[in-house]
Amino acid sequence: MKTDLSRRSLLKGTVVSLTAAWLPRTMAQAASKVFSKSEAFAVLVDLTRCIGCRACVRGCQTANDLNAPQEALSIEHAHQRMDPTFQLWTVVNKEGTNVSRNVKRQCMHCLEPACVSACPVAALHQTEHGPVIYRESRCIGCRYCMIACPFDVPRFEWNNGLTPVIGKCQFCAQQRLFKGLRPGCVESCPTGALKFGKRDDILFEAKARIRSRPDLYVDHVFGENEVGGTSWLYISDVPFDQLGFKKNLSNRPLPTYTWDVVSWIPAIAAVLASLFGVLAATLSRQDNHPPKEPQ
Amino acid sequence: MMGYVFLTAVCAILLWLVVAYGRGRPPRWGLLWTAGSLLTLWSVTAYILLIRFTKGIGPISHLTDANPWGVWVGLLQAGVALSGGGFVMAATVHIFHIKRFEPILRPVVLLAFLGYNFVGMTLFIEVGRPYSLWHPLAQWQHHSIMFEVAWCVTLYLTVLLVEFSPVVFERLGMTRAVHWAHKVAIPVVVLGVVLSTLHQSAMGSMFLIVPQKIHPLWSTTLLPVLALISAVAVGLCVTVTASLYTARLFGKSLDQGLLADLAKAASVVLFLYGTVKIVDVSARGAWPTLFQPGWLGTLFIVEMVLGVFLPAALLARRAVRQRSKAMATACLFVIGGVVLNRLTISWFSMVPTTGPGYIPHWMELAVSLALFTALAAVFGAAVRYLPVYPANAVKT
Repeated sequence: MKTDLSRRSLLKGTVVSLTAAWLPRTMAQAASKVFSKSEAFAVLVDLTRCIGCRACVRGCQTANDLNAPQEALSIEHAHQRMDPTFQLWTVVNKEGTNVSRNVKRQCMHCLEPACVSACPVAALHQTEHGPVIYRESRCIGCRYCMIACPFDVPRFEWNNGLTPVIGKCQFCAQQRLFKGLRPGCVESCPTGALKFGKRDDILFEAKARIRSRPDLYVDHVFGENEVGGTSWLYISDVPFDQLGFKKNLSNRPLPTYTWDVVSWIPAIAAVLASLFGVLAATLSRQDNHPPKEPQ
Repeated sequence: MMGYVFLTAVCAILLWLVVAYGRGRPPRWGLLWTAGSLLTLWSVTAYILLIRFTKGIGPISHLTDANPWGVWVGLLQAGVALSGGGFVMAATVHIFHIKRFEPILRPVVLLAFLGYNFVGMTLFIEVGRPYSLWHPLAQWQHHSIMFEVAWCVTLYLTVLLVEFSPVVFERLGMTRAVHWAHKVAIPVVVLGVVLSTLHQSAMGSMFLIVPQKIHPLWSTTLLPVLALISAVAVGLCVTVTASLYTARLFGKSLDQGLLADLAKAASVVLFLYGTVKIVDVSARGAWPTLFQPGWLGTLFIVEMVLGVFLPAALLARRAVRQRSKAMATACLFVIGGVVLNRLTISWFSMVPTTGPGYIPHWMELAVSLALFTALAAVFGAAVRYLPVYPANAVKT
């Protein structure tokens, strides 16, 4: 008798839960913002043209009112390695062991950024034309963005008791881009190693340069497809993995890995709630009013 | 270095006391030893926290930009898993109506509540801006697993409070409140079980976004499923161990048959976990990475053999389940295995990509140990002063 009732309640639960599941799943469409990837702001870094003067680093400091230690910036210390900090959003270092090149590093501004999808409070935010910015007032300091970032970009202010911030390149979005100016680093580059424009044009330029000098360039635009594409694109005459670029990145945008799970959460919650609800209600009723024995 | 010596000494004293009291043979000056070691640990931690909230996380930890999450995140993940007994037992009693487990429900719910307090308090110290911890509730970003975790933990803490409230109301003689608490029990339990399922699995989903950073032996889309299954298993084991120990400590009698049944269930769940894990690693063809140089392959074998298959096999045997000491030991292996698993996923498995630059500062460990012991003390006080164990189960 007991099993009979449990089975019936289970059946009832299944029907209710399937109905419940259908609704949220259809409503929870992938809400990733639609913006034109070809129209996104982009910068081309041509590693063959960089002389390692770190003018871009100083330009970044000025444009964003940052206070990195002076020795990190000056040309006399250009042989010293520097690591980005929450006050130092871009660095230029000599990379590579056999052959070396000056490599500028900053946020890649992924077209589908892992940090934006990871941040629980939207402190990291993708603006209309692609730049990923950080909004201090929302941040809780959980540092999930630092874990999620495939390029290890976000930096944390470790020596601040109550108001630490995350520091990362903002693409000069609010300081300059939205006012029609080029990013601070691009503006200060004396050799044309950095070129700013719309992503379509920049990608075209990158490929044109590679095609015009196939003997010089490696046939790969780093950032064209990595983790679904980035706004910062690199071309080089030395293979990228020899210069410390990540090589095990898939072309699949990282947020899709979590979205595959997250998008099912409302449905799963609905199914479980109705299943357990019906089960608990039925079994407790059976407790209170024991069913009659069949004759 | 002195810090580690201090911590080791405190741990040794506490462990000695736990064992001595558990065997019913308290040492001379036992109370003095307990109070002395705990108060020393807690005052040192108070000073550490003073540094934390004035100078930042940097001075009290070895966390860096290269290793932004450390032992705290691993331990709070483990804390969530070890609190899994709360939802497993609540579901057993209130949803599946297996009422004979009711006598052990209250202590388990209390354990889960304190476990989540450990998680919440660790978070309060670990995040950079703790006064903003409520932000996910107001500033939604529903693509984030962390957003889901924030909501689930907040709601589930409330649920646990409601589930445990009748105990307090009974003590205070508030009969109407007890009546109401029983009225809402079933909906609240259903909500709690749903929330637990979601965020126990979210503990695994959290690492789905870094497939390229985690070692292939652990990097799988099944992370949420594995996190949930292991939480159920370890929840059952915590229930068994804690019930046995507290019953012994406080002189309450327990129906050991109940615990044996839970242990049997744990064994089944553990075998399920092991099977899923092996099928998963095989399906992804990740076995060759087991034999690559490095210590992660060894760690995987230790975790699977000592943490999963050995205790599963032990608990499957009736002879083991009939002897409380053997049963508790097997369960301790499971607990150790799950703690190791959570530390591995959030920390060790990423060492090949992030570099071996992080070894926890003794202050990090001191904070966690202080929180743990403080909550254990609260548990002891609650058992002493509240009707946590139902009256009919008290032997004395």
